[in-house]
Amino acid sequence: MDQTLQKALDQLDQASAAVRLAVQNLANAPGGAEAAGDAAHALSGGAIDPFVFRFAIFVLAIFVGYYVVWSVTPALHTPLMAVTNAISSVIVVGSLLAVGISASGIATGFGFVALMLVSVNIFGGFLVTQRMLAMYKKKDK
Amino acid sequence: MNANFASFLYLVSGVLFIMALRGLSHPTTSRQGNLYGMIGMGIAIATTLALAVPSASGFGLIVLGLAIGGGVGAITARRIAMTSMPQLVAAFHSLVGLAAVMVAAAAIYAPESFGIGTNGDIHAQALIEMSLGVAIGAITFTGSVIAFLKLDGRMSGKPIMIGGRHIINAVLGVALIVLIVLLVATEAKLVFWLIVAASLLLGVLLIIPIGGADMPVVVSMLNSYSGWAAAALGFTLGNLALIITGALVGSSGAILSYIMCKGMNRSFISVILGGFGGETAAATDDGIERTVKQGSADDAAYLMMNAQKVIIVPGYGMAVAQAQHALREMADKLKANGVDVRYAIHPVAGRMPGHMNVLLAEANVPYDEVFELEDINSEFAQADVAYVIGANDVTNPSARDDKSSPIYGMPILDVDKARTCLFVKRSLGSGYAGIDNTLFYKDGTMMLLGDAKKMTEEIVKAMDH
Repeated sequence: MDQTLQKALDQLDQASAAVRLAVQNLANAPGGAEAAGDAAHALSGGAIDPFVFRFAIFVLAIFVGYYVVWSVTPALHTPLMAVTNAISSVIVVGSLLAVGISASGIATGFGFVALMLVSVNIFGGFLVTQRMLAMYKKKDK
Repeated sequence: MNANFASFLYLVSGVLFIMALRGLSHPTTSRQGNLYGMIGMGIAIATTLALAVPSASGFGLIVLGLAIGGGVGAITARRIAMTSMPQLVAAFHSLVGLAAVMVAAAAIYAPESFGIGTNGDIHAQALIEMSLGVAIGAITFTGSVIAFLKLDGRMSGKPIMIGGRHIINAVLGVALIVLIVLLVATEAKLVFWLIVAASLLLGVLLIIPIGGADMPVVVSMLNSYSGWAAAALGFTLGNLALIITGALVGSSGAILSYIMCKGMNRSFISVILGGFGGETAAATDDGIERTVKQGSADDAAYLMMNAQKVIIVPGYGMAVAQAQHALREMADKLKANGVDVRYAIHPVAGRMPGHMNVLLAEANVPYDEVFELEDINSEFAQADVAYVIGANDVTNPSARDDKSSPIYGMPILDVDKARTCLFVKRSLGSGYAGIDNTLFYKDGTMMLLGDAKKMTEEIVKAMDH
């Protein structure tokens, strides 16, 4: 089990490296992403709803989460909760849209409240995780 | 910024979040992981601002919101006591839940800014995703508030049972589905707020009947919910970072809930239905007078100083008494005397997953002296002393031996196999599960009655003699 897990995680690391490389390439050649997207769209004949792709990513991410979280050492389960809490504040992107570009005053208000709430989480979550992790020390040899 | 390029950046931040969790596989890589998480969040925010450039006044509001929230968050993170970590995490979950509701509300009032249609003509698909997000978010919000109140002691940890609550919950669940269908059909704001209200009520009703000892499951479950709420809104916004993160957090919380349930040998359903830990089990009251051996701090100090191997078993009582620093001092004295000292942690010790590990780390206990149940349980047979401080049910031998016990089948730490078991406890009452601990009456057990911190400090003093 452990070996397969390790293998899966190695593959994950490779995949993430590949993604970073791809992004670098894209940054050098603007319009590349568009071309890639167009190609995919053309391949599917434009018949597949983007929802399907999002859902595929969602399902795969659940599996990635499953394997990654099982490999978290039980000693770090509290920091795990704190950090998952911090990253779920990425919902901030929604509040930024509402505050930044919304035409409706009500929506801006809701967005602003949401923005304040998640900012507490972003800063609080990451900093408290950092504080906890700094406490885990090895035996003095 | 090009929308496709922005999607790639969101993907990058999703991958960075995965690496943040991956880092937690070992304490040495964890700090780096946390840094990845922060970078990922930075990228997500910067990308959003570059993609949808805010107006000048909007930008001002954003800076203001970030500053207020960020300031509160940073101060809280700095000041919070490590013993209050379960409450803090519950409070943070409630914020994510409420934020999800607010974002969905903003989206329904200004759908154009989110690219999901126009006012009065929002895509049906977006409405379904949004209502799921808002329902889960609202349940997370009130559920976490109740969990926070219970963990913080502002509300009794005892389960509160309302008559016919299963029926009320079922009715609310059905009502939610009907309301979601109505929202898709009419897109009325009133229906949206009815969904919010029903979900808020459901969140309260779901958590109120769950007792204090089951809080590790509840906190993990709410963690999972906050993830699913984020993912649902991710679909609405078509945002990869949100979808990936929501899935990660959702499965993470689900796994933690599973581990906690397994640690108590209870099914997830029975925890959710609640009511555990209220009644006292009558089965153990067989009328036989049983004797308990009591000891003093001096006895304990003598026993441990002359031992070769001591295993310390901390529980929630250690957190309540803030005894972790005194405990470390005691362990230092023992180590200086050549005693092999280890710590054994039960998966459900404390009020959240990993609670004990954080407290021991705070007291500067090296993490390589702290062991999980399955790694250390066989060692109790070779230990001279097991020092149980603030734990109870997780050491009860009836869970292993007595088929009629309500906690039968729950994995326990075999402290009764050590030559002597020193059991620090305030009184001879039962634990949170309301079950009598047969360990107290065993020959090898010596009860040290008193406050966990005071008793440990007295033992440290006695060791100097």
